[in-house]
Amino acid sequence: MPLTPEEVRAIAELARIGVSDAEVKTVQAKLNDIFELIGQMQQVDTEGVEPMSHAQGSALRLRADEVKEIDQRGLFLKLAPAPDMETGLYLVPKVLE
Amino acid sequence: MLNASLREIASGLARKKISSVELTKLFLGRIKALNGKLNAFITVDEERSVGQARAADGLIAKGAAQPLTGIPVAHKDIFVARDWLTTCGSKILSNFVGPYDAHLIERFSGAGAVLLGKTNMDEFAMGSSSESSFYGPVKNPWNADCVPGGSSGGSAAAVAARMAPAATGTDTGGSIRQPAALSGVCGLKPTYGVVSRYGMIAFASSLDQAGPFAKSAEDLALLLNVIAGFDPRDSTSIEREPEDYTRDLEKPLAGLRVGVPKEHFGEGLAPDVGKAVETALAQLDKLGAKRVSIGLPNSRLSVPAYYVIAPAEASSNLSRFDGARYGYRAKDYTDLADMYRKTRAEGFGEEVRRRILIGTYVLSHGYYDAYYLKAQKIRRLIANDFTEAFKRCDVVIGPTSPTVAFKIGAKTSDPVQMYLNDIYTIPANLAGLPAASIPCGFGAGGLPVGLHLVGNYFSEAKILNVAHRYQRETDWHRREPAGLQ
Repeated sequence: MPLTPEEVRAIAELARIGVSDAEVKTVQAKLNDIFELIGQMQQVDTEGVEPMSHAQGSALRLRADEVKEIDQRGLFLKLAPAPDMETGLYLVPKVLE
Repeated sequence: MLNASLREIASGLARKKISSVELTKLFLGRIKALNGKLNAFITVDEERSVGQARAADGLIAKGAAQPLTGIPVAHKDIFVARDWLTTCGSKILSNFVGPYDAHLIERFSGAGAVLLGKTNMDEFAMGSSSESSFYGPVKNPWNADCVPGGSSGGSAAAVAARMAPAATGTDTGGSIRQPAALSGVCGLKPTYGVVSRYGMIAFASSLDQAGPFAKSAEDLALLLNVIAGFDPRDSTSIEREPEDYTRDLEKPLAGLRVGVPKEHFGEGLAPDVGKAVETALAQLDKLGAKRVSIGLPNSRLSVPAYYVIAPAEASSNLSRFDGARYGYRAKDYTDLADMYRKTRAEGFGEEVRRRILIGTYVLSHGYYDAYYLKAQKIRRLIANDFTEAFKRCDVVIGPTSPTVAFKIGAKTSDPVQMYLNDIYTIPANLAGLPAASIPCGFGAGGLPVGLHLVGNYFSEAKILNVAHRYQRETDWHRREPAGLQ
């Protein structure tokens, strides 16, 4: 079932990616081409097949719950500074009034 | 030295025929001369590379050299390297300087190798042509009007143009093997979990795997010796005994069972590519290999399943890029949500935005079973096809890519056509199997053709053995692009 422009807008909102009114049609057309390709999956019966989420069959390794990370806050803030900072804190627009 | 193998270079360094500083300057000079034309590198820092080379010369003088000490290696700009700009080919990371070293970078420094620069790539490794980079497209050294393949196109082009003796890349759906094929070099994607993903910017975590580019299978083995191994910082890194991947290189191929998947020789395969691959198979026959016809009936569904699984994982991985903590932030916004929307719309390129949208949709409420779960079931069927195949053969061989390199711009407006480039490479990622591409001839327009070799889990040494014996009998891997400089 092809995506409607409204669905494209809703997905974009979920993904927090701005899509302008001018772009919606193009985005919709290309996504629908891709979902047509993806739709080929329906040709095969997968009833009873166990889903494969990962190349490794076994469960992930566990580790002891120990603190290993050292404090690198100063270094990180220096080498990869945030777009807006004050006294070492990240600044973003106000969320609560 | 530009055409020398890693062993020849190491021997030149050991016998003081050349110093690491001279060698590094030689390749830096080559980059300076050619990068304007090919755009293979995003970041080069001559002073720092030469500084590392000087340190390597010190180790060599002390007699403390390892096999790769003093050899310059270029790294895909997806690997975080301390104090190096690390962009992943994206505007959103265009001001991001690495605060630590990725596992792979640590391994190369530990081996005494020199970091020659960071190579250009499709943005966030999403692409098959290296055209989607914020830093502009990479050009194919064999014909600068063509793409080098992608997403690790900068690394492939750098090795092909002899701007680096070796390089690294990552492969989520073919991003090492397809550019290796289209650029006429060798590339290896190891078994999932063999190389740590620590510090490798994540695209699709259940598929991403790092690996080397080089001029020969022997060089690939030496590079894999450096980067393979357990790392507790990657929860999917596999704990196992270290291997010497060069150990089986010389083994004769008599009795080798070569599985030939009929599905990879049908509709969609360009005749010039098919012919070169057929000639390579005949060469392997002469070396004593036995062909076995195998079926990979579900591999035709690998592209559809991949374009559910990879975008789903990507949409989650890339949610961290929000303009709040690092990287690019949009200039004008009204509130926090608007800041996110504008930052991500401006900071990500078209293909990355598209994949995030696909992933967001297939994971959204009500669609999960129809898309994501279905794709995971098909992933199982594809992996099962290989399990069956490897009961009857030792290695699966076919074409790496359906065509030789295409023209820049030829497929950028049609994502589905672009995605179909990876039809032969994606199955190995979905199954988690090791696979390589090596040059096996030339097709239309004198452009290189790649031979694809897929092995069973942890059979890298076997793949490299087959590739090396083939390369002892042929010289496709020694050919270099004409007309550069």
